[in-house]
Amino acid sequence: MSASSPAIDVHDLMKSFRKRKVIDGLTLRVETGEVCGFLGGNGSGKTTTIRMLCGLLRPDGGGGTCLGLDLLTEAPAIRRQVGYMTQQFSFYGDLTVRENLEFVARLYELADRRAAIAAVLERMGLADRAGQLTGELSGGWKQRMALAACVLHRPKLLLLDEPTAGVDARARRQFWDLIHELATDGLTVLVSTHYMDEAERCGRVIYLAGGRLVVQGTAGEVVAAAHLVTFEATGPGIERAVRALRAAPGVETAAVFGQALRIAGLDRAALAAAIARLDDGRLTWQEVPPRLDDVFIHMLNAQEPAE
Amino acid sequence: MTGFSFRRLAAMLRKEWLQMRRDPMTIRLTLILPMIQLFLFGFAINANPRHLPTALVSADHSVYERTLVSALVNTRYFDIRPYPSAATADEALRRGDVLFVLEIPPDFSRLVDRGEKPRILMDADGSDPVAIGSATAALGALNAAVLNRDLPPNLRSAPPPAPPFQIVLHARYNPEQITALNIVPGLIAIILTISTLVLTSVAITRERETGTLENLLAMPVRPSEVALGKIIPYVGLGYAQTVLVLALAVVVFGVPVRGSVLLLMLSLGLFIACNLAMGLTFSTIAQTQMQAQQMAQFAFLPSMMLSGFLYPFAGMPGWARAIGEVLPITHALRIARGILLKGNGLAQIWPDLWPMAAFALVAGAIAVRLYRETLD
Repeated sequence: MSASSPAIDVHDLMKSFRKRKVIDGLTLRVETGEVCGFLGGNGSGKTTTIRMLCGLLRPDGGGGTCLGLDLLTEAPAIRRQVGYMTQQFSFYGDLTVRENLEFVARLYELADRRAAIAAVLERMGLADRAGQLTGELSGGWKQRMALAACVLHRPKLLLLDEPTAGVDARARRQFWDLIHELATDGLTVLVSTHYMDEAERCGRVIYLAGGRLVVQGTAGEVVAAAHLVTFEATGPGIERAVRALRAAPGVETAAVFGQALRIAGLDRAALAAAIARLDDGRLTWQEVPPRLDDVFIHMLNAQEPAE
Repeated sequence: MTGFSFRRLAAMLRKEWLQMRRDPMTIRLTLILPMIQLFLFGFAINANPRHLPTALVSADHSVYERTLVSALVNTRYFDIRPYPSAATADEALRRGDVLFVLEIPPDFSRLVDRGEKPRILMDADGSDPVAIGSATAALGALNAAVLNRDLPPNLRSAPPPAPPFQIVLHARYNPEQITALNIVPGLIAIILTISTLVLTSVAITRERETGTLENLLAMPVRPSEVALGKIIPYVGLGYAQTVLVLALAVVVFGVPVRGSVLLLMLSLGLFIACNLAMGLTFSTIAQTQMQAQQMAQFAFLPSMMLSGFLYPFAGMPGWARAIGEVLPITHALRIARGILLKGNGLAQIWPDLWPMAAFALVAGAIAVRLYRETLD
């Protein structure tokens, strides 16, 4: 495999569970060394895609390569070079951090087990906690332990399924620092997340809906491609205003963030009209650049109208 | 695809060992519970009970009455308690205070003296046939000439004419008919069922329920290595239980070991294989430990009821026996009882060995077929 060939190159993937299409013709390409954010609403097929990429699920249709190996026929070989971190913490709570890592190292039959474990403990900052029972670790440390176990065998591709769900902000930031460090060493990372600050830290994001790829690119490209218009208002009475605006035609989302009211929609004229109708002169309005989360909520709405 | 690796299996076993050590309660339970069961069942269950409370309502205190009563007491099946009236004795039978009521009519000795062969009524509580079965049999066998010595010479029958033939009943293997000798060898099979069938199906499902199975499948470990790694500790545990229960059975209950212990252990190995195959099948179907537990219970109840462990196999209707014949425990029971009590060898246990082997093969094939390498 040459350095320039993509780490993941799959096309037209299909997967159904009980006749329900979960993945519906997904084509996906991730370049080697990239940190790629995998986004999409709940049930959009992120986990299913990741499971297919590491051979845990067999696609019903389509195919392609992962690390240059065929997805359908070389799944076991792919598994050896992929580090997969499951959404749910799935190591043994009644084993210590070191024992869990030793178990993983033995399953991969690593030659330099001791050295590899020592190195990964050091790198993940887990050295002090090596003797602690994994079940007693806090959420953030558990995720680090899981990441340590995933990179122990020096994989070429990391598949992380919502690795920071339920983890505090500082631990999340530290976790992402680690991901970037690993990527610097040439590791390719595909990471699914619901956090927009995390999506912004990705070199590229892929947005999935209904088992299809909807949009991909850098955060900026995705925002630009949505052609979304956003206005922000400050002043007294924004809580009352937000309700009226939500019902107004052309307003897709209206929400209060602290002191500011933010509305978004595709039609600038309609938004301006809605503001004009409401305005009692107490709010100060200005157009602001849309943020990634505005775009994603817009796309979620477009896919499945809010309940 | 890489083949089976003993190093990875060793890694699985090491992990299981560490987990078992962290959970000493389970180990303790699996060793202590069988002992408690052994003592409970061994001492508590008696299908041939003696000293059954019997009410005596006598309207005729005579020498005949005393001889009859002492003859009953001598069978050791009856404990006689005098009651003042038929009504009070009847009430006692109803309440379950007594299991029999013996009524001696007022003119008993007069009628006997006149040679009129009076009848004596013995009421029995038939609601538990097992409890009164042996006692009623003993009643029937009461020597016809029990009163001979007390009778006036003219009524005394000469030594009864010798019947043309005589049946000698000889209860072999367990002449005293001690129930414990029947229960205890069977208990080995029951305890093995618990530790191998129930614990394995739950142990593997636990990996699925906690999500660790997904992790294992994503790593290079083969499913067969995972399964064996989970199973082998329970085989070891099962054998440890067997040795423990067997030792206690011999020491405490005096269960004889007339056959080969090695043959017993090997046959039980086949029985364990049957249970593991079944447990593995359950664990591939069940999504949660609760479901696995229920499936194992579903298999366990007929094992208790239809195998001949608690109730005589010969007494069951044909369809129930057919189910029983399929269950590996039925055969394991017969083999354990056969080897321990009768000193059976390979030739005698073969009819029970091959059905277990067939079961292990079929259940194993189903388990392998259902066992998935992916999450599909």
